[in-house]
Amino acid sequence: MSEFVYLFRIGAAAQREAMGTPEHAQQSMRVWRDWMGELEAKGHLKNPGQPLEPTGKTVRGKQKAVTDGPYVEVKDLVAGFTIIEARDLAQAVDLAKGCPILDGQGSVEVRPIMKSAM
Amino acid sequence: MDPVDPVNVDEHLFRRESGRMVAALTRIFGVHNLALAEDVVQDAFLRALEIWKVRGIPENPSAWLMTTAKHRALDVIRRERTARTFAPEMGRLLESEWTTAPIVEEAFAAPAIRDEQLRMMFSCCHPRLPEDVQVALVLNILCGFGASEIAGAFLTGRAAIEKRISRGKKTLASAKRLFDLANADFTPRVSAVRRALYLLFNEGYHGASAESAVRADLCHEAIRLTMLLLEHPPAAMPETHALAALMCLHAARLPARLDPAGDLNPLFDQDRSRWDAGLVAQGLALLERSAAGREMTAYHLEAAIAAAHAGATSVDETDWASIVALYDRLMTVAPSPVVALNRAIAIAQRDGAEQGIEALHAIADRDRLNSYPFYPAALGELELRRGNRATAREHFRAALALARNPMERRSLEKRLRACETTEPRQSRTPSAARR
Repeated sequence: MSEFVYLFRIGAAAQREAMGTPEHAQQSMRVWRDWMGELEAKGHLKNPGQPLEPTGKTVRGKQKAVTDGPYVEVKDLVAGFTIIEARDLAQAVDLAKGCPILDGQGSVEVRPIMKSAM
Repeated sequence: MDPVDPVNVDEHLFRRESGRMVAALTRIFGVHNLALAEDVVQDAFLRALEIWKVRGIPENPSAWLMTTAKHRALDVIRRERTARTFAPEMGRLLESEWTTAPIVEEAFAAPAIRDEQLRMMFSCCHPRLPEDVQVALVLNILCGFGASEIAGAFLTGRAAIEKRISRGKKTLASAKRLFDLANADFTPRVSAVRRALYLLFNEGYHGASAESAVRADLCHEAIRLTMLLLEHPPAAMPETHALAALMCLHAARLPARLDPAGDLNPLFDQDRSRWDAGLVAQGLALLERSAAGREMTAYHLEAAIAAAHAGATSVDETDWASIVALYDRLMTVAPSPVVALNRAIAIAQRDGAEQGIEALHAIADRDRLNSYPFYPAALGELELRRGNRATAREHFRAALALARNPMERRSLEKRLRACETTEPRQSRTPSAARR
């Protein structure tokens, strides 16, 4: 088994829009919990991860320049991450296809965690 | 990793909390900042959604949401203190950090939230607003339904509902503060509130939408808000008890109203063992308490009719004479063609199909029932009972053409088929209006 990170990407506006009414928001949560629950039940969930605030700061270069951002307007902001275990990249991708973020305007970036030879 | 199963959390938690939180925040921000209150609530939901979906639902989700909303409210006040005016009754209290936090804390305390919801309810029933706007506002603000959900329940376009809501909110905003429960206008306003809750309940119970789930939700919301009204002693008048009684007694029949195929099951065909005995008992107790006053209102009479049905073990055991008498009184207190239709059905039950048909023809403002499928359906049932199949068929065809949703259509098609195949059922009574 190998480990993968799911990076959930979505714009803040799309996130808000996908939430909709309170009833819809609750449904959406149920769908997410079901998906997470299934990953866990099948032994794929290594770490559920954490959601991230949509704003922060970026420190860049030798000058250590601090800028605002990522900006809320960005369409594919990393909204959170989850670590899973799968046989290979193909299976990790397959599992990601069930992610409810795809029903909105979001995407899941699937990245293998580098294995140490030791 | 999942501390609470989401299915076992109140399945309408978000919707419910939305009404409570918007009311509390509006108390602090002022009604003119209703949109701001709604933004804060939206934000709290967004955070809940993001965190809960990966980390699981906390043990006390309601408290979690409240705490989040409180924090966001403090942020907003600190940020906009100079740019905005908040609720006028808060005076300068929101200008100082020392008083802001306790005020926010207090607004979210349980008794305060109850009062704030009541004040919001009274505000929504503003006399300048038409009743359909009042109902839409109550559903949107206090029950947390979105425009699309309300449109679904009312078989109205989403744009029309959005217009109603925004119109209502404009009128609300002009008031700046929530309705004061100690206001001199309390008595007329509480009767407007009752009327709106009654309409809300009826929309759920008799409404045209086919989505049974939404409709049962409307009934439950109407009951919840009426009970909230009863918790406030000045509003707990005999009339309010009668309203609550009629809602409970009708809602008790909800579990039996759909047959296994999801089709409408008229009162006459319902499996009475499926009526909710708890709600019946509650309704009867409320009806008893409603007898405290001298006045016999339409709510009292409707509740008494529902109680007569609830107390009968079968259609034949039903005290139709009393029911006709109650309808007679209802026709003097609150005459309407629908009441007259139901009265005619009760007369048919008491005196026979012929008398029922006569009563149906005698309905004064019958033309107001022109688009109501249950008028021709009632005629069809009674003609069928008299053995006039051809006439019955015509009436059912007319009813079918007026059907407002697939559920009504299917149940009328069934009656139409009954005209072709079976011997008229002697015990069969017009299914029509009292469903």
